[in-house]
Amino acid sequence: MPEQQTPQAETGPRPILPILRLGPKPHLVGSKCGSCGAIFLDVRRVACSKCGAAGNLKEVELSDKGKVWVFSVIHQSFPGIKTPYVTAVVDLPEGVSVKSNLVDVDPEELEKNPQKAFGMPVELVVNQVATDRQGNPVMAFQFRPSKS
Amino acid sequence: MRNVYVLGTGMIKFGRYPEKTVPELGAEAALVALRDAGITIKEVELFASGNLYQANAMIGQRILQQIGQTGIPVINVANACATGSTAFREAFMAVASGMYDVAMAVGVEQMGKQGLLGGAGGGSDPAYSTEGRIGSGLMPAVFGQAGMEHMRKYGTKLEHFAKISVKSHKHATRNPFSQYQNELSLEDVLNARMVAYPNTLYMCCPTGDGAAAAILVSEDKLKQLAGGRKRPRVAASVLTSDPYTERDLTLPDVNTLTRRAAQKAFEMAGVGPEDVSLTELHDCFATAELIHYENLGLCREGEAAKFIEEGGGVHPDLGGKCPVNVSGGLLSKGHPLGATGVANICEIVWHLTEDERAKQRQVPNAKVGMAHVIGLGSACTVHILTV
Repeated sequence: MPEQQTPQAETGPRPILPILRLGPKPHLVGSKCGSCGAIFLDVRRVACSKCGAAGNLKEVELSDKGKVWVFSVIHQSFPGIKTPYVTAVVDLPEGVSVKSNLVDVDPEELEKNPQKAFGMPVELVVNQVATDRQGNPVMAFQFRPSKS
Repeated sequence: MRNVYVLGTGMIKFGRYPEKTVPELGAEAALVALRDAGITIKEVELFASGNLYQANAMIGQRILQQIGQTGIPVINVANACATGSTAFREAFMAVASGMYDVAMAVGVEQMGKQGLLGGAGGGSDPAYSTEGRIGSGLMPAVFGQAGMEHMRKYGTKLEHFAKISVKSHKHATRNPFSQYQNELSLEDVLNARMVAYPNTLYMCCPTGDGAAAAILVSEDKLKQLAGGRKRPRVAASVLTSDPYTERDLTLPDVNTLTRRAAQKAFEMAGVGPEDVSLTELHDCFATAELIHYENLGLCREGEAAKFIEEGGGVHPDLGGKCPVNVSGGLLSKGHPLGATGVANICEIVWHLTEDERAKQRQVPNAKVGMAHVIGLGSACTVHILTV
């Protein structure tokens, strides 16, 4: 399981994972290896698992646009998660892929015509998915069909 | 490295045993294997136990506390779904190295009815649970998407995946060790409720309880103990982990490590995929079986759908070729995680030795058998046995 956000003193929206930066222009960040260029969806990483170089990773901002690689329509999930919903792997232009919900699409339509979703241009959206114990909105990054 | 042979095997019918403990289930399979080998626990020099959900509970020792505390070295193994096959490999290496002449591997698991969603979730504040909010990391999603990759690249249809489930359920009707022994039509499979597209309920393996055991011996011991009985040689034992590939950390890449393991296993055994009489592969979902046809070299890249259309994977008795999962596979036989890897080796051994226990589904003239397991996270084993 991914690391959880450490609770902070002040109140306000919280990202579901540290790789999501909120603010006027919400975006994802990754760690880029200075030796081989591999990017990881991770803000704390000791070394590069592609080339093995240690201590040579720096944070990079990732694009808010990508393309769907593959998806699945999930019909059975945890209590409180509305089904069916679409989970997708989205390739970002930086050469790293990210997994999230694909929203503003019709799951049934994608099951009938799966080829339609492959390669679909999508963009990042930030949606509130829960409220934490301190009353802060928990914000998640998700993707929707690209509007621009 | 010395030659290693499987002298005895044992397995209990997979199912649900809520009244029994994990060590009891393991002990039952171990006793069957000892009886099959014609030896007692006193002859066993090393014991490898595979169990995942109670990995910190010294299950191996507790099995010996049931069947004979002889003070031998015990290894407790956990390696996701590859737990049992990794335990088997530990026993293999113990004998192959020359350090021991008789080693035993037991795989055992008790999963109850927790289903596919078991074991996930947790964390201190559930508001930060990621499941279902930033995609799904559960097995149905992972293997659904692994099938979708094949669909994307090669135009594979839902029906191709569904046909695998029909085939494996038909196979299972001839396996009394299988958790389910029901035949299903293509309509049954396609009309079942969807779990994670493209896998419907009957394209997902059931959870349950089970245990299996194998006794491995050196060539000298085989001559002493086999009494002329035909016993297969472990011609290859390979374990791989997931190498870096671009999407592996987002969507576990179950292909690359399987391909590497299969390639190494064929090299080690000195045989090719065309020599394989039967395969037991890790069909945790129907989508997984389809992609592993290619990963294990049973057909060419991109040709799994054609392979299925031509009767590939189907038992020769039913008009097929290149039989896969004649036991019914995980889809029917069940998938008690720690037991799975040892149980599929039992199946291979029974066909290679024309054992009574596979009589109803014997693959004719079986000489080479391949057993494949994948554990997400990831670990892959491929074993090749020959007679």
